[in-house]
Amino acid sequence: MATKSKDTLPPPPDPQALSESTAALLRELVAHLRQNRTQLREEWARRITRAQLLTAMTEEEIFAEATSVYDNYVEALETGTFEALQAYARNLSERIIPRGVETHEVVGIVLLLRDVLARSLFAKYHEDFDKLNRILDAYEPAANRIANTVAVGFVQERERIIRQQQEAIRELSTPVLQVRERLLILPIIGVIDPQRARQLTEQLLRAIRTNRAKVVVIDITGVAAMDSNVANHLVQTVEASRLLGATVIVTGLSPEIAQTLVTIGVDLSEMATVGDLQGGIEEAERLLGYKVVPQEDVAPKA
Amino acid sequence: MEVPILKQGHYLIASIQSALTDADLSQLREALIERVGRFRARGVIVDVTALDVMDSFAVRTLRDIAHMARLRGAETVIVGIQPEVAFAMVQLGLTLKGVSTALDLEEGLAFLDRQTQLRIERGSGRIDRG
Repeated sequence: MATKSKDTLPPPPDPQALSESTAALLRELVAHLRQNRTQLREEWARRITRAQLLTAMTEEEIFAEATSVYDNYVEALETGTFEALQAYARNLSERIIPRGVETHEVVGIVLLLRDVLARSLFAKYHEDFDKLNRILDAYEPAANRIANTVAVGFVQERERIIRQQQEAIRELSTPVLQVRERLLILPIIGVIDPQRARQLTEQLLRAIRTNRAKVVVIDITGVAAMDSNVANHLVQTVEASRLLGATVIVTGLSPEIAQTLVTIGVDLSEMATVGDLQGGIEEAERLLGYKVVPQEDVAPKA
Repeated sequence: MEVPILKQGHYLIASIQSALTDADLSQLREALIERVGRFRARGVIVDVTALDVMDSFAVRTLRDIAHMARLRGAETVIVGIQPEVAFAMVQLGLTLKGVSTALDLEEGLAFLDRQTQLRIERGSGRIDRG
């Protein structure tokens, strides 16, 4: 049987004729899909529920979305243009991503629709095998492109959201705090990449000027790893601060980081380092001429 | 454009008002070094607040001023480097090593006061600050 069907496959016709006949077949296909819209759409929604996809959405929502995806799908098949579908896919992604819909679910439902439609084509043309073959030749590339478009749209939208959130985290993650007159602390938490290092330095320099800071304590307890790039950024930050007349004290170098820095041979000898944040602040207070004395040690006034 | 050099007590203050050519910078260096001797200055302040770019020649000249003035008995402090300028300088590796810096004129004056006071205490300064 298999060999026979292979033998009956027509030789590839020339492209011009192919595209004409493809267009005619697609028209026929679209007419079929329009005619059976209600039934196919319901079948699709049923399959989605059965496959336990889109569990974050209610059945009504799934049906409503299924309807518009179906219509957009048929339209893309009919017109051969994907802009409308693309826009719809983006819009849909924007709505469903916050509800926790995963990539595999979106790809899954599109593939299900592809399957549902293909099955209806089998049912319709099962008596005319040759016609079925040609219909599928026309349908498959278009269907694949649609699946691609929707999946890519979804992933792009997700990436956009991720980028947006990264930016937001970056903004949040570099507070410059004044703890005393002319004393700033800059706690750094997380990964330092070149972009963040730049932003951090710029923010610190601006803060030094507005607060007229003399001493800055940079605490890197929250920095998990450091390589020569990050160390150089840190050195640059320290030097730039010095140009504005502020002394920088770096605190919280973990044993691992200290070992790494010595091993890779980064020269931090120009940098003032103190073990922990408390020590750093005490050192800074000393530089600024503060002296913190516990109350009971202060001699009572005569 | 010539940079005005003001004498304020024991200090000389050179306030740069606009972008300077290399010739202007050299002229500033010579004028300052000459005046350190003439006015028996103990401190020199170069105010660069108005500069929004600092190239390698400018940085080298500032460093030279500091070193030369030290040889002539005066401490130099560069004041008013803008945050953006500082960032650009560091990225270019122009870090003014060995030269004192301060936020602005006021800080620079306070720094020089402390510095000259220290020298007097150590007995290496001149007899009397007036």
